Amino acid sequence: MLKTFPIGGVHPPENKITADIPIEYLPVPESVIIPVSQHIGSPANPVVNKGDSIKAGQLIAAGKGFVSANIHSSVSGKINKIDIAPDSYGFKQTSIFIDVEGDEWVETINRSKEIENDIKLSPEEIVKRCFESGIVGLGGATFPSHVKLTVPSGKKCEVLIINGVECEPFLTSDHRLMLEKGEEMIIGVSILMKALNVEKALIGIENNKPDAISHIRKIASACKGISVHALKVKYPQGAEKQLIKALTGREVPSGRLPLDVGAVVHNVGTSFAVYEAVQKNKPLFERVVTITGKHLSKPGNYMVRTGTSLAKLIEAAGGLPEDTGKIINGGPMMGKAVGNTNIPVVKGMSGVVIVPAGESQRVEIKPCIRCAKCVSVCPIRLEPYLLMSVSEKGLFERAEKERITDCMECGSCSFTCPAGRPLLDYIRLGKTNVIKMARQRNLK
Amino acid sequence: MSSTVLITIISLSLLAFISAVILYLVAQKFKVFEDPRIDEVQAALPAANCGGCGFAGCRNMAEALVNADSFEGLNCPVGGAAVMEEAARLLGKVAPAVDPTVAVLLCNGTPESRPHTSNYNGASDCRIVHSLYSGDTDCSYGCLGNGDCERACTFDALHMDIATGLPVIKDEKCVSCGACVKACPRNLIELRKKAKKDRKIYVACSNCDKGGPARRACKVACIACNKCQKVCAFNAITIENNLAYIDASKCTFCRKCVEECPTNAIIELNFPPRKPKVEAQVEVAN
Repeated sequence: MLKTFPIGGVHPPENKITADIPIEYLPVPESVIIPVSQHIGSPANPVVNKGDSIKAGQLIAAGKGFVSANIHSSVSGKINKIDIAPDSYGFKQTSIFIDVEGDEWVETINRSKEIENDIKLSPEEIVKRCFESGIVGLGGATFPSHVKLTVPSGKKCEVLIINGVECEPFLTSDHRLMLEKGEEMIIGVSILMKALNVEKALIGIENNKPDAISHIRKIASACKGISVHALKVKYPQGAEKQLIKALTGREVPSGRLPLDVGAVVHNVGTSFAVYEAVQKNKPLFERVVTITGKHLSKPGNYMVRTGTSLAKLIEAAGGLPEDTGKIINGGPMMGKAVGNTNIPVVKGMSGVVIVPAGESQRVEIKPCIRCAKCVSVCPIRLEPYLLMSVSEKGLFERAEKERITDCMECGSCSFTCPAGRPLLDYIRLGKTNVIKMARQRNLK
Repeated sequence: MSSTVLITIISLSLLAFISAVILYLVAQKFKVFEDPRIDEVQAALPAANCGGCGFAGCRNMAEALVNADSFEGLNCPVGGAAVMEEAARLLGKVAPAVDPTVAVLLCNGTPESRPHTSNYNGASDCRIVHSLYSGDTDCSYGCLGNGDCERACTFDALHMDIATGLPVIKDEKCVSCGACVKACPRNLIELRKKAKKDRKIYVACSNCDKGGPARRACKVACIACNKCQKVCAFNAITIENNLAYIDASKCTFCRKCVEECPTNAIIELNFPPRKPKVEAQVEVAN
């Protein structure tokens, strides 16, 4: 019997078109735009000036405060300017524009292909290195990893959970990473275990990736304490709290953190980035991005330098098909459509899905028929229909009472609604307002 | 037979009397004194219950008027001066003169001047679009056109124009209750002082970007070129955050700034047609 989380969940069509396509290195572009905020927390502070010559891997913006992350240049060249540029959603962000000259890396980076097995650094040094290298959660939430690796006093981490679920349809970047960089990733897991001082690590992989499960299981068998678990295919298994429940049976209470039940969750992509940072001294400036879509001529998994224009990536994938309806940053369930292809690839971009026009339009909104399907699929036992109507009417106090902030925006409710109600749209609106309200209350 | 009827009448009358006495005593015991003037003032108010005065409804406004020492800061925008004077007469106070206002839209980005760069496909609600992304045009300050203001207006004064995607405000119906001002997530509606013959001059733009990006996003954007400020002889125009603003209390409606504005971001409404310029006449004569 395969493990899974017990409540709710949906089964969207998988469409893992790019699962068998190996990771390809995207050529270094002529110029990059690197936003200083690619993570949750305060934006980094630029530490370079216009006209400076820089190398790939050089620090260009320093993290400000504890919950923040360093930003490194992904290319070598000259700083063209530091200016405002629109991000994926058109919001303005301070960004560093770099004109590329050659591809020279910082000397401290070990560029050899050999796998470094020995973990020489102490736990404190590992956490420090993660901060210096700008490692953030690569599953999509981009939470700075050094924060998760710092266990506050009074709390104890008992188990490390590695997220190789990739429950979003279409996306295959983690899948390919596990197949091609499995050894490095497992060393990354050992590094994380050392940093957290835990004996046990559980790697969760959904059962639709049997090749990855057997491959990782074979490598992990040599390592003490690491076990690989096949999970039943169900969305949103890759959500932190759902994965903890599926693997350990522990439930993270409302408003609490995984650490409160003794668990810390990291993504497989993050583990690989940690390996590179700790063993090879390479900061996070490139990542695997899946670019896929039913009508795309050359979908694939690409290793992309951060700051590369999305248009370049689409070009590499064979250009936009004629009938493109939507370009989604992220998976089709949680991702958001972008308004412009002239946006940079950032640390949190795990995939880009090009949806044909015929499938991209949302259905007509009809009245709620009180079928309660949204309630039955909600993995956190919320009542989406209620949260939607209170948010629509602006009753945010009520929304807060109904625990709207527990919603992780997985979109199962909107996916399942037979009346096409924009449930998640309004829940997001309510959530933003409730968070704003709570922040104002805390200020008083 | 007749005795039965008699007993019934007497017993019921007795019961009624006892109940009446109880009710009277209870009413005396739990009596709440309410100023009778509140009812009078409420009757004078327009009963729109729109909240334009800042109170939940007309009853609360009436209570506030009765309890207030002076009418300073209290105003019914729907009823205007007539209603306030009536309330003042009832209460023996003086109603300060408050300039009537009317709602104006600080955006003029029609599809011709502000082309769409993406198509929004989701719930028709400006609040959602505003929190989701910068909008379906390059201007991240302008009207989103999903009609939150139209739904908020209870006076039938504001309707979306399908051709322009912008709301149109009917001056004669607008009572300046401010419901649309609160509803707009981008703060694009302003209550401006009414002038004679409903004349209006204002900067119909809210774009705080610098001139270049603002102009690229929208042909009729304010580019903060300072020309209007220089031409204004009455210091009515200030420029802040790359955006010009005309102070309605200082503006004399000379219309010089409208002519000067290179992007036609300043709008004049309800003016008679301009006389042809002198140079133009000379040309005709030649």
